[in-house]
Amino acid sequence: MINNDRSSIALSRSPIRSPSLQELDIIAEIPKEEYVLKCTSACAGCSDSLALRYVLKAAGPDTVLVVPACCTSVIQGIWPNTAFNIPVYNIAFGAAAACASGMSNAFRKAGKKTNVIVYAGDGGTLDIGIQAMSGAFERGTDFLYVCYDNEAYGNTGMQRSGATPLGAKTTTTPTGKTDFKKDIDAIIAAHDPPYQATAAAAYPQDLFKKVQKALTFRGPSFIHVLAPCPPGWRYSTEKTVEMGKLAVKSGMWVLYEREYGKVTIGAQSKVAMKKPIPLEDYLAPQGRFKGIDPKTVDILKQRIVKNLAKLAAEEAAP
Amino acid sequence: MTALQKRERLAISRPTGGAAGKTGTWRVFRPVVDREKCNDCGLCATYCPDAVINDELEIDLNFCKGCGICANECPKKAIEMVREEK
Repeated sequence: MINNDRSSIALSRSPIRSPSLQELDIIAEIPKEEYVLKCTSACAGCSDSLALRYVLKAAGPDTVLVVPACCTSVIQGIWPNTAFNIPVYNIAFGAAAACASGMSNAFRKAGKKTNVIVYAGDGGTLDIGIQAMSGAFERGTDFLYVCYDNEAYGNTGMQRSGATPLGAKTTTTPTGKTDFKKDIDAIIAAHDPPYQATAAAAYPQDLFKKVQKALTFRGPSFIHVLAPCPPGWRYSTEKTVEMGKLAVKSGMWVLYEREYGKVTIGAQSKVAMKKPIPLEDYLAPQGRFKGIDPKTVDILKQRIVKNLAKLAAEEAAP
Repeated sequence: MTALQKRERLAISRPTGGAAGKTGTWRVFRPVVDREKCNDCGLCATYCPDAVINDELEIDLNFCKGCGICANECPKKAIEMVREEK
């Protein structure tokens, strides 16, 4: 059910505030060039195109995007037009990282510094693309892998993926998923890349800085972006940014960076660790968690506490 | 045949604005900016997924899909979503 009532509970709770000086400084820093031209065929309120705007702004014009089957390969438009103002290579679902590996090696052999970026969804990263990705990380390919995570196969009609959290309803788990979300960040960390980070489309300035930083490293880097999906998560379109912020504030999503194994937790998640908002505030506006069993909510809460404690311990480790 | 002509025979997509047509026709709610309340902070343009808000904070209604993120995120609540008339 789409909620068109704009004076909803979540809206009235957020007080009127002025943007902080720091926030405005970063806005001034971000280049004005758009590499995602208006207008793509993305759904209204799509956080995939929001995240992609900032990934490409940070990468600049000397970039090649490798896109496996995912929402991005649909929203770029159909021949003879494309909405993306940089070269894009569309490749089969499981082959994105393998393709980028060859491409990156060819560019480096030719003495070019062109950025090679894989922009894949959670299905193309956690499930289908994982072996090619693992291989590319093992070979130490000089590229950036961006996984935008809407926690299901959104493009084909919201089927369950490895990234779907416990208790979420999808078209293939109509009573709620019974398994946990796969911890892809731990799998990547096991490959020991020079740089990996998590980000959220709701914090574009933070995402911009992390992409810029990731591209300065030689070798593979990984950024995992939370991308809320209005039709799939079943909330009204204007709440996309709000939903991403609620995920971070409730601790469901943690923003951190891992640089040569050293973990740094982001400022927004530090606040969530000290004073998290109730998890119900994040779950209630989403149709996919409607009627969730209180026991499942308790398990989710325990997982959040465990995950935050694990990251805090890693950060404190010398 | 030159290299360029050879390449032209392949199916190459070229960057074009409005690759998906005029997406403004999808809109159910239209954003209306109250210039009195607006303090030009630019957060609406930052969060717009389709980059339809320019530097002067004017909204391109040919392409705005009416998602309402700008109205929801505006710190001064200067943007109102008004239902489109038929």
